[in-house]
Amino acid sequence: MTATAATREVERRFGAIAAVSGVTLEVAPGEIVGLLGANGAGKTTLIRMLLGLLVPTGGSVELFGRPPSRESRRRLGYLPQSGGLYDDLSVMENLAFVSGVYGVPAPDLGHLEAVRSRMVADLPLGIRRQVGFLAALCHHPELLVLDEPTSGVGPLARAQLWDTIHAAADSGVAVLVTTHHMDEAEQCDRLVMLSDGVEVASGSVEAVVAGMTSLEFGPSDPAAAMTALEDSGFCVFPVGHGLRVPDASAADIRLVLGEPEMAVATRPATLEESFAVLSSSKRAG
Amino acid sequence: MSYGLAGVDVAYGRVVALSRFDLDLAPGSVHALIGPDGAGKTTACKVLVGTRRPERGEVRRPSAHLVGYQPESAGSWPDLTVAENLDFVSRSFGHRRDGRIDELLELTRLRTARDRLAGDLSGGMRQKLAVAMAMLARPALLVLDEPTTGLDPVSRSGLWRLVLRAASEGAAVLVTTSYIYEAERADTVTFLDDGHAIATGTAASIRAGFQGVMSVTAECPEAGTFWRRGRNWRVWTRAGTAPANGTTVAPDLEDVVTAASMEPVR
Repeated sequence: MTATAATREVERRFGAIAAVSGVTLEVAPGEIVGLLGANGAGKTTLIRMLLGLLVPTGGSVELFGRPPSRESRRRLGYLPQSGGLYDDLSVMENLAFVSGVYGVPAPDLGHLEAVRSRMVADLPLGIRRQVGFLAALCHHPELLVLDEPTSGVGPLARAQLWDTIHAAADSGVAVLVTTHHMDEAEQCDRLVMLSDGVEVASGSVEAVVAGMTSLEFGPSDPAAAMTALEDSGFCVFPVGHGLRVPDASAADIRLVLGEPEMAVATRPATLEESFAVLSSSKRAG
Repeated sequence: MSYGLAGVDVAYGRVVALSRFDLDLAPGSVHALIGPDGAGKTTACKVLVGTRRPERGEVRRPSAHLVGYQPESAGSWPDLTVAENLDFVSRSFGHRRDGRIDELLELTRLRTARDRLAGDLSGGMRQKLAVAMAMLARPALLVLDEPTTGLDPVSRSGLWRLVLRAASEGAAVLVTTSYIYEAERADTVTFLDDGHAIATGTAASIRAGFQGVMSVTAECPEAGTFWRRGRNWRVWTRAGTAPANGTTVAPDLEDVVTAASMEPVR
């Protein structure tokens, strides 16, 4: 099956700085792909190239099997993190405007009927995001690009938003989600992790974690231990007054800390820990 | 001496920002205040450090010179270098010249960046500088408002190193975040939703206090309370037994908080 959206070894330089370099990515119909990375990792640059708003300086981008064009713009929906709505228009006015632009009927409001005449600026963030979804989906796009769709919203609103995203994917829409939230990453079928413009890992959450383990222990002085371990090149995460170090051996930890008798437990690594290990080894290498 | 809030109410006009809110911060330990945008995290920080007076309730805090505060998305002056930022704060507050700045440059790993303009730093470095500035006075109470938002996991771990250090120096530390999984980093945690505390304790005690049974199923459940995670549904059975086609799982914090925010406790 042809990928709905694909980049091949895509690169974008701004002067001497490569914001994105050598990233290959595919999103198939019905699939939810997460683009994971910190602010400044290159997510927005990559998305802008996919949307055809920015021309790559290397590699290629294809939407629906062709370079991005005006015609491909009609077939995709984009929900920016800012929401993409006019704050000083009501819910219905916003949707009437967007559907008018695409020449399609205004969408059914469903459970948002109760807020149809409310000004968008006056709505809670979770509801605003749901309205943004209706706007992004009203012309039945084949590709949906979502920029941190549930960042900052509460757990309930987040669960509802993900229901909407999964329902779109179930109906065959290809979905690309950019996020720096690990919890959002766990909703995706596949992940592409970016760090400093470079892909550091890709695959399902299970494949990215790939059996990596993390050591958990309680050193006598956690703050000093954390500094010592980092100076020796380990990624270290505090857990209360204890520490966790992914991808390390207990013997090395005891040696660095000079605590030969210290109890060390082995746990499965979290996605965040794997990401940290993968991005720091890639940077160092 | 512990610090914190007791029975605090704050309203902005008719909007309730905090309601009967309690917070207990012990010296030498880290408390995470976790909630979505608009839950009241920043208001709680402001009441705690004294820039916002509550309508009702009690605030326990040390005298002003022992309070360190890093407001949300703020901290440093972009046109000053890293060293100038630290020096300026230190002089303004009349701190002793006792090597604290060097110590913090070392701790933040900003020594090699000391002469760079704060405005030219990466997000992670700038955030570390802001926290270092709040730690200059060796505060007894350190309040950090969303220090880790938007950072990559490596920078986030670097920030938690500063937090751990402040606690080991004896500070009572409050860190706010919207990332549920960061609860594990702190000694104790309060989950905040819409101005109300919905759960408080250690991450383990909050998980242990979960009422009911969580199960996972690949088929959309026909009844009950459920939500999607990836290709599966998480099903919450408040009382009784889990649905037959599901696999019972231990609830994680995301489950506990999602379930708690459905409870009509208000």
